[in-house]
Amino acid sequence: MPNEVDYDDVQGLVRFAFGKMHEACFYLVRIRDVAAARAWLLNAHVTSARTLSPPPETALQVAFTVAGLKALRVPDEAIAGFAPEFLAGMNEESRSRRLGDLGENAPAKWSWGHADRTPHVAILMYGQKGAMAQCEAEFKGPSWNVAFEELKRLGTSDLGEVEPFGFVDGISQPSIDWEGKRTVKGDQLVYSNVVSLGEFLLGYSNEYSEFTDRPLLDSSSKGAADLLPALDQPQKKDLGRNGTYLVMRQLVQDLHGFWQFADKAAHSNPEERKRLAEAMVGRAMNGSPPEPYCQPIDGVGPDEKDLGYNQFTYDNDPVGVHCPLGSHIRRSNPRNADFPNPVKGAISHLIQTLGFGRKGLRDDLMSPTRFHRLLRRGREYGPGLSPEDAVQPQQANESESGLHFICINANIARQFEFVQGAWLTSTKFNGLSEESDPLMGDREPVAGCPQPNQFSIPRESGLRERLGGLPEFVTVRGGAYFFLPSLRALRYFATVGS
Amino acid sequence: MVVAPLDVKRTDELRSLLATMNRVPGMVNPENEIIPFGQLPDLHFARLVILEDQTLDDITTAYGLPRRNYPLYLAFLADFDGDVDGFRKRLIAVAHKGLEQIFSFCTDFKPGTDIEHWMKRREHRPSTMYINWVGRTMQQIREENTLRQALQTLVFSSSAQFQTSSPEQIRRAAQDFVQKAVSTQQLRLTPIGKMPLMWHIKNLLHLIFVPIVLLFFSPLIILYLPIFAFQLRRREKSDMEIAPRPTAEYVNRLARLEDYDVTNQFTAMGSLKPGLFRRWLLVILLWLVEYSTRHIYTRGHLARVPSIHFARWVFIDNKRRLVFCSNYDGSLESYMDDFINKVAFGLNVVFSNGIGYPKTNWLFFQGAKDEQRFKYFIRRHELPTEVWYDGHSGLTNFDLLRNAKIRSGLEQQSMTNVEAMQWLQLL
Repeated sequence: MPNEVDYDDVQGLVRFAFGKMHEACFYLVRIRDVAAARAWLLNAHVTSARTLSPPPETALQVAFTVAGLKALRVPDEAIAGFAPEFLAGMNEESRSRRLGDLGENAPAKWSWGHADRTPHVAILMYGQKGAMAQCEAEFKGPSWNVAFEELKRLGTSDLGEVEPFGFVDGISQPSIDWEGKRTVKGDQLVYSNVVSLGEFLLGYSNEYSEFTDRPLLDSSSKGAADLLPALDQPQKKDLGRNGTYLVMRQLVQDLHGFWQFADKAAHSNPEERKRLAEAMVGRAMNGSPPEPYCQPIDGVGPDEKDLGYNQFTYDNDPVGVHCPLGSHIRRSNPRNADFPNPVKGAISHLIQTLGFGRKGLRDDLMSPTRFHRLLRRGREYGPGLSPEDAVQPQQANESESGLHFICINANIARQFEFVQGAWLTSTKFNGLSEESDPLMGDREPVAGCPQPNQFSIPRESGLRERLGGLPEFVTVRGGAYFFLPSLRALRYFATVGS
Repeated sequence: MVVAPLDVKRTDELRSLLATMNRVPGMVNPENEIIPFGQLPDLHFARLVILEDQTLDDITTAYGLPRRNYPLYLAFLADFDGDVDGFRKRLIAVAHKGLEQIFSFCTDFKPGTDIEHWMKRREHRPSTMYINWVGRTMQQIREENTLRQALQTLVFSSSAQFQTSSPEQIRRAAQDFVQKAVSTQQLRLTPIGKMPLMWHIKNLLHLIFVPIVLLFFSPLIILYLPIFAFQLRRREKSDMEIAPRPTAEYVNRLARLEDYDVTNQFTAMGSLKPGLFRRWLLVILLWLVEYSTRHIYTRGHLARVPSIHFARWVFIDNKRRLVFCSNYDGSLESYMDDFINKVAFGLNVVFSNGIGYPKTNWLFFQGAKDEQRFKYFIRRHELPTEVWYDGHSGLTNFDLLRNAKIRSGLEQQSMTNVEAMQWLQLL
C-alpha cells in the first residue's frame, strides 16, 4: 500500500545520517525537574526528515528510555504498548546471554546503562566542524541544567570515512521503501536491498505485510487528539507512528590489541597483516567488497560508490573462499534471499518449500536477511590510529577510541537482537564452531564448546587457515534501548503528564 | 513421555525440589543426586516439566463454553537410543530413589509403588515423533566428535608438514593416524549400528500401510472433500484468535531458563478447538505428519528446518489437549524465525486446530505468517521447563552432521583431489 509519510513528523535521523555535519555529541541525561524538562522538550527544535534547501547546519534528535517516559509521567497504558525488549531494557539478565554481554562486557561493568546509570533521554546534537560548542549551547538553552542532570556526554570524532581500526565504514545500508512501492507478497526469491518502511518506522507495513505492535490509544484519552490515526486501525491514535526504536551501545575498540594480534599472526609482515585484518572484516580496508561484481541488486546504486561497494552476494561463495564465512560483514549481513537455491517456477518452489532439492551442506542454516536489517547511524570517537602506529606499544595517556554504535529498527528483538545474537556473536553461525565475530564478538566459553577465540579463513585447496587465540577487540561500555518518537509523539510526551 | 497428575497443593514444593537438580536455572547438573542423567550414556535429551496450562479460560473466551478443570500434571520425557522398556530399566537403576522422591508428588504414587510398572502405565506415546537423524546414537555422536578434535589437532599442529601434500595425501595421512589411534585404543570408532530387524519390518509395514489406507478410502475422501472445505472455511472464518502479548513476568520466567547452551528446550501446550471436527482433523493430520517424519524427514531436516534435534506431539486428556516438546539449536527468536519463514504451513496445519491460533486460510496459509500474533501465541502457550538435560551439550545438528561426514569421508577407500579438498574443508 502506498505510504504518505509526513516527513515533518519524523525525526531526521531515520532518513539522513547528517553526514555533512562532521561533528556530533550525544548527551545521556536524567530528568532532574520534570516541569523544566517538559518545557525544554516542547521548545526543542528537533530536526525533521523533511529535505530543506539550503540544508540545515545543525541537527537535534531526542529519544527516550522507558525510565525516561516514566519520569515524564507518561500514562502506564501508553507505556505498556511499547515493545517488550524496550520495556525490559538492554541490561536485562537473559538478554545479556543472547547479546554476548558477558564477562568484561557485562552490564554490571558498564559506565552507563545500568542501575542508576540508566539514562532517561538521549539528546543527539550534530553540527559543523568547529561550531560544536556554539551549537551545543544553543540547543541546550538556559533551562538545560535545571531540567536535566548530565549522566554522560559522549563526544565523537570525525575520522573521515573510516572507523578507528582504519576500515571504511557505514557503506552498506538498507534502502528504505519510503513510498511503499514494494509489495511483499509471499517468498522473496532474490536478495534485495530495498526494505519495507515498516522495518524502520512504526505505523507502516513491514516485511511480513503486517504492522509491528506499538502503543495505540483511544482517541478520547488525554493528549491523544493531536496524534495521527493508526493506518491499520483508524479508530485508534497511533503513538508509535513515525517513531521507531534506537539502539545505542558504546563499543571501545582495542586498536593496539587488534593490529598487534594481526601483526603477530603475520610475523610482522605489513602486507600479510593487512590481509589477515581484511579477512576478519570481510572487506578491504578501502571498503572494496570480496567479490568485485555479482549481479545488479535491487536497491543498490545508482550511486557509483554504492555500486562499487555493495553489488555482491555470497551466492557464489558457499564455503567462504572469497569472504570468510565468519567475517564481520558476512555475519552482520548474509545477503541471502528466502531460499538458499534458485527457485524456478511453481513446482521448484513447492519442492524447495517441502525441504527437497537441497544442494549445499549449509542450506537453510541461515534466516532470510530481509527480516533482520538495521539502519546504522553510529559515530566514531577517539583519535583512531594507523595500523603502523597501532602495532607500536600503547603510549601513556592515550585516549580511548571506539564507536558509539547506533542503529534504528522497528522491532528490536527481530532486528538488532537477532543480528547481534544469532549472527554476530553466535559461536555456531553458518555452521562454524569455534569462533564468534572476529571484531565484535565476546570470547566467553559456551557450555560444551571450545572457547570461541578462533577465526577461520577457508581455502580453495581444502584445509582452512586458522587463527587462534583471538582476544576481545571490542568491549561494551554502555548501552540502552531508546524510543525515537515522532514529533507529534514528542509533544505528547512533553504534555500528557502535566 | 510419562504424564501423571500432581498434588496441586505441593506444586511449589516440587518446583523447589526440581530447582535443586539444576546447575543454572533450567539446566540440570548431569551429576545431580536425584536423577544423575549424565550416567545414562544413551540419553540425548530429557526434561521434567509441570504441565500448568495458562490458557484454560480461552475456551470460555472464544466459544462461551465452561472452563474444563483438568488435573495438573507432571511430565517426564526423554530421547534415547534403543527401546523404551530398556531405557526405563536403566533409568531406574541409576535413579530409583530420586524418581521415587519426584513421583511421590503425584497423587497416585504411593510409597512402595513399583516404579517401573507405574511409569509404564503412565506412558503417553506421541502421535508424532520427529528425530533429526534416525539411528544416530549417542555413542556415534561422542566418538565422531572426539574424532574431529583429534583430526583437527593432527592437521593444524602439523600444517607445515602438509604444506606440500595434495589433499588426498593429507586425507591418507589422516587415515593412517586414525588407524593407529584406533589400534592403540586412543580413539574408538564403533561400526555404525543397524536398526534391529523388527524395526525394519515395522517401518516397512507402516510405509506401505498408510498409502494403502489412503488409497482405500480415496473415493470417500474425494466425495467428502467439498463438505470438508465447507466445514473448514466456516470455522476458519469464525474461530476467534486469542494471542495477546504475554505478560513481561511470564516471558521473564521462560527467558531465564534459556540460552545457556547452544541448544534450547521448548515445551508448550494448549486445548483443541471444541468439537469432533477439529479433533479428528488433528488426529489424521498428526498421523500424516508422523508418516513424513518416519519415512521422509529422517536425514537432518524437517521440511526446510535443520535446527530441530527431537520433537514430539502428544495428546493428553482424551485428545482434548496437545503437548508439544522440542529441542532446537539457537535461541527462541531464531527458532520462531524458522517457524515463520520456513515451515509456516507445517505449523498451521497442526496448531490451527488449537484454540486461539492466528487465523489460517485453507489450513496451510496465513496463521504463523502473522508474525507478532504468532510469536505471542507461542510464548503464551509455552511452559517453563523446570529441568532439562542435553547429553551432547555444545553440539548443534550441523556439528553432528559435519562430524558424521568427516568420519564417512575418512572411511572412504579413495577420493579424487576435489572430493578430498571438500572433505578437508569440513575440518
